[in-house]
Amino acid sequence: MPLKYGPSIGGAVVLGEIKIDRERCKGCELCVHFCPNDCIIMEDGFNRRGYRPSSFINIDKCSGCAVCARVCPDIAIEVWR
Amino acid sequence: MQKVFERTKGLTDNEFSYCPGCLHSVVHRMIAEVMEELDIIQNTICVCPVGCAVFMYDYMACDVIEAAHGRAPAVATGVKRVLPDRVVFAYQGDGDLASIGTAEIVHAAARGEKISVIFINNTTYGMTGGQMAPTTMIGQKSTTCSRGRDPLVNGYPIKVCEMLATLDGPSYIERVAPTSPAGLVKTKKAIKKAFQNQIDGKGFAMVEVLSNCPQQWHMTPIETFKAIDEQMTKIFPLGVFLDR
Amino acid sequence: MSTKKLLKGNVAICHGAVAAKCDAFFGYPITPQNEIPEHMSDMMPASGGVFLQAESELAAISMVHGAASAGKRAMTSSSSPGISLKQEGLSYIAACELPCVVVNVQRGGPGLGTILPGQADYFQAVKGGGHGDYKLLTLAPWSTQECYDFVGLAFDLADKYQNPVMILMDAIIGQMLEQCELHDRIPLNDYPKPWATNGARGRAHNIINSLWIEPEVLENLNLRMQAKYAAAQLHETRLREYETEDAELILVAYGCTARICRTVVDMARDEGMAVGLLRPITLLPFPTAQIARHAQNGQRFMAVEMSLGQMVEDVRLAVNGMADVAFHGRAGGVVPTPTEILDAVRSTFGKPLVVSRCPSQEMETR
Repeated sequence: MPLKYGPSIGGAVVLGEIKIDRERCKGCELCVHFCPNDCIIMEDGFNRRGYRPSSFINIDKCSGCAVCARVCPDIAIEVWR
Repeated sequence: MQKVFERTKGLTDNEFSYCPGCLHSVVHRMIAEVMEELDIIQNTICVCPVGCAVFMYDYMACDVIEAAHGRAPAVATGVKRVLPDRVVFAYQGDGDLASIGTAEIVHAAARGEKISVIFINNTTYGMTGGQMAPTTMIGQKSTTCSRGRDPLVNGYPIKVCEMLATLDGPSYIERVAPTSPAGLVKTKKAIKKAFQNQIDGKGFAMVEVLSNCPQQWHMTPIETFKAIDEQMTKIFPLGVFLDR
Repeated sequence: MSTKKLLKGNVAICHGAVAAKCDAFFGYPITPQNEIPEHMSDMMPASGGVFLQAESELAAISMVHGAASAGKRAMTSSSSPGISLKQEGLSYIAACELPCVVVNVQRGGPGLGTILPGQADYFQAVKGGGHGDYKLLTLAPWSTQECYDFVGLAFDLADKYQNPVMILMDAIIGQMLEQCELHDRIPLNDYPKPWATNGARGRAHNIINSLWIEPEVLENLNLRMQAKYAAAQLHETRLREYETEDAELILVAYGCTARICRTVVDMARDEGMAVGLLRPITLLPFPTAQIARHAQNGQRFMAVEMSLGQMVEDVRLAVNGMADVAFHGRAGGVVPTPTEILDAVRSTFGKPLVVSRCPSQEMETR
């Protein structure tokens, strides 16, 4: 994995990454609201069930805090740190 | 990079049929993670209610019994008394626990029944279309109090934690709200303690989780979190009510 | 004067209650009757009555017990599992000889079952349900109009016989939308209630009780109650017949199943089979005499129910061995289609009759 400059937590640089299962997502927008670094937005399109899913966009800013995953009611998010 | 979050083995792979933003499955997930962490999935029996969580048996990887409306603490008692070495928990909504089930929860608590109870309080009968519940707040509208709950007609909301804390039987009672990162941590911690108490042989442990109902409250999920934080916690204060 | 409205069966019940000057409604949420407590929560206070969502169906029937003891017109509603909870209360209310109205919007069962329609609470309704030798007068509407009309009738019968009356419907009747004519006023009979426990002002005190330790006293109560039911059998039996006079086979069905069977009658007649429909409106008192008359005429029957065989037993009792009684039923919330009933009907034609006849009867064996 190429070196990236990630967000700083307590002085150390922490890299994080998430993967959103857009077919499980019901578009509740809680992850968007709770991400401390604005890494997630709502898509314009629809998934197979007719929901507008969320999408991970700000890869550089993710610290892997996993709040998005823990608040997601559909366990649609996996997190790496 | 290490994976730090994925679906727990305590849950089946089924997709949740809850409304978008409903906290039921967040709590299901926490319970499932606690079961995995304490290595008790195969030793646990869940008793699920009548209400939106009636389909909980589709989601939990442990054994599940669906109880009659309000009777989960009694059903759980039946299991625990004959299988004392298993972990038995009841999961109920506010209609189930505090309306039709008032007798059952009081007596399970009074007996110090060695079960854990997860009480999901969202002030609403969600599954049946949004009727008033025993925890509906004064002024709050519902389909059976269209002008808002009037204390002169319907009395006041019931504070279950406070009520049960007057009894000698319970070992642990706490009220939490998973509406913030800190709240999520506190909620899971409380659930874990409720299960650990049972494993340690202590009596009746209950966690009341302030929860939402985006559908029947006619709010977005984020708005429901705000309503919980700003309105519900005033009537149902968070905290530990009993810890023996 | 009247107004015509497009209403759900459940909502028509509420309008019927207001028209009948129901004083108090106590209910609890359960699908598929939630519209009843929801609408009553506004309509009762608006018409000067009382509404309360009880903590359970069990509590609600005791609230009805109280309001009825106080001399008021009291009503509750629920669906199958909730009606099970009310059984003890109904036994008490019947034993106390109190009037009240209970609405059961049946769903498939047993257990938590389904929210789709069923008719498997027939035994529970007419064979007791609760403990002891009591009965519920039972009405079975098949349209929103009957839902509206039967509430007034139910309260009248309840007051006249001092007994609980049940309106037995199902999820389809409760949920379907139909035109309903609401009257500005319905005729209401006045029933004085000197026995009511409403405060012993200037009279000896009243006691409403169902505990009788002396066996002869309790037996007398039971005999008095049975006399009421016998009188109801004579005077209150209600039914509708459709093309039964010349029918070889008479379908017996109530509620939404009767609607389906009426279509089956037309379809069968188009195929040249002489079929009719007998629709009990009172399930108790059951139209025993009318069915027996058809049996004596050499006609035979098929009971059709959304159950695996409940009302059919009352048809068999009524024919008393004199006629063939076939059965077609579905369970689990499944609604039988006209085609499947017609297939069952067709399979009974051209077969020899099973039942033996009195030699004096002239019968063609087919």
